[in-house]
Amino acid sequence: MTTIFQPDHATIAGVSEPAKSRATRRVRGLSDRTIAWLFVAPTIGLLLAINIFPLIWMIRLSFTSLNLSMSYLPLRFVGLDNFTDILGDEDIWFRLQTTAQFVIWSVTLQVIIGFGLALLINRQFRGHSFWTTIILLPMMLSPAVVGNFWTLLLQPQIGPFNYLISLFTGVPPSSFSMTGQVSLAPWTIVLVDTWMWAPYVMLICLAGLRSIPDYIYEAAEVDRASAWRQFWSITLPMTVPFLMLAVLFRAIENFKMFDMVNLLTSGGPGSTTELVSITLKRAAFEKWRTGYSSALAIILFVTVFGAANIYVKALNKVKQR
Amino acid sequence: MSGSAVEKSGMSRWLLRGPWEAGAMTLIGGGIVMLVQPWSIDLYSYSFGTILAGTVGYVIVSHFPE
Repeated sequence: MTTIFQPDHATIAGVSEPAKSRATRRVRGLSDRTIAWLFVAPTIGLLLAINIFPLIWMIRLSFTSLNLSMSYLPLRFVGLDNFTDILGDEDIWFRLQTTAQFVIWSVTLQVIIGFGLALLINRQFRGHSFWTTIILLPMMLSPAVVGNFWTLLLQPQIGPFNYLISLFTGVPPSSFSMTGQVSLAPWTIVLVDTWMWAPYVMLICLAGLRSIPDYIYEAAEVDRASAWRQFWSITLPMTVPFLMLAVLFRAIENFKMFDMVNLLTSGGPGSTTELVSITLKRAAFEKWRTGYSSALAIILFVTVFGAANIYVKALNKVKQR
Repeated sequence: MSGSAVEKSGMSRWLLRGPWEAGAMTLIGGGIVMLVQPWSIDLYSYSFGTILAGTVGYVIVSHFPE
């Protein structure tokens, strides 16, 4: 416990100002600044140990030829060779294109569905809170749980999803596999990701819709603007910054997507749904190419960091509104 | 107005954050498009350099005055 002792004025009366403040500090024990540092130090230490140190270590490894399956070989410095290899590798390029297609389709669907849901939820109706909670449920689940139970739902023999499709189309349920067919697997990961994250986009859009003052709509009513006109001239323009925020956030998150896709398809069939994060995991923990995978991780890190800068800028713009 | 003041105002006119930030963000966005586009592997090869330049540039110019 810090003891605060107030020295009486007579004691320090004839002493110079710096000496006086030194004496005060000494008698008070630890300064506020020191106490603040003592409280923050464990967090900073932990952050350095589990975030900064591995990052620096990874940067170092990316310039080496380290292969953990042959770790008895001496560590060789290869300069930018790993980066040159990756940036000339057509396989990685294709995986990045697969990732981009996944990001574009899933984010587009999430924004359309999320915005639509937000427009519905924004109206006051009976059971409004109940339905909001139900809609928000998927985003509260862990991606590992979602991956596992959608694997069961999509199972061709016993999964209910195929039976549902069969009910509407007449196609026999066990004649197609959502996760096992080249033409369907990419859409399956888009479908599951949209199911999980459209509610999140809905939440952001709902915040945008609720920030629009009522008097603007009242003025539009006075001017006899139709509901359609109000939507295009008021609702949409005033929600766009929030939509941009949702798009950026979801795009960054989906670019890094690993867990759910790995559980659903493991990148298959073939490499149809192999996102770049799965390629990275395979290079690091199946082929044990540590130097190469570190370089790939840095490329992805810089890309996400760059995109995050744009995201923060967009966030600040929304805050200023 | 003294010479140094003129020089300073000239410098600060050039070091405005807004346009530089917009430039850095364009570079980042362009680099990301180059990284994932399906048309040219040459563009893909230069994508990381572009993103890195944009990101480092953004960190620097975000310290420029408003």
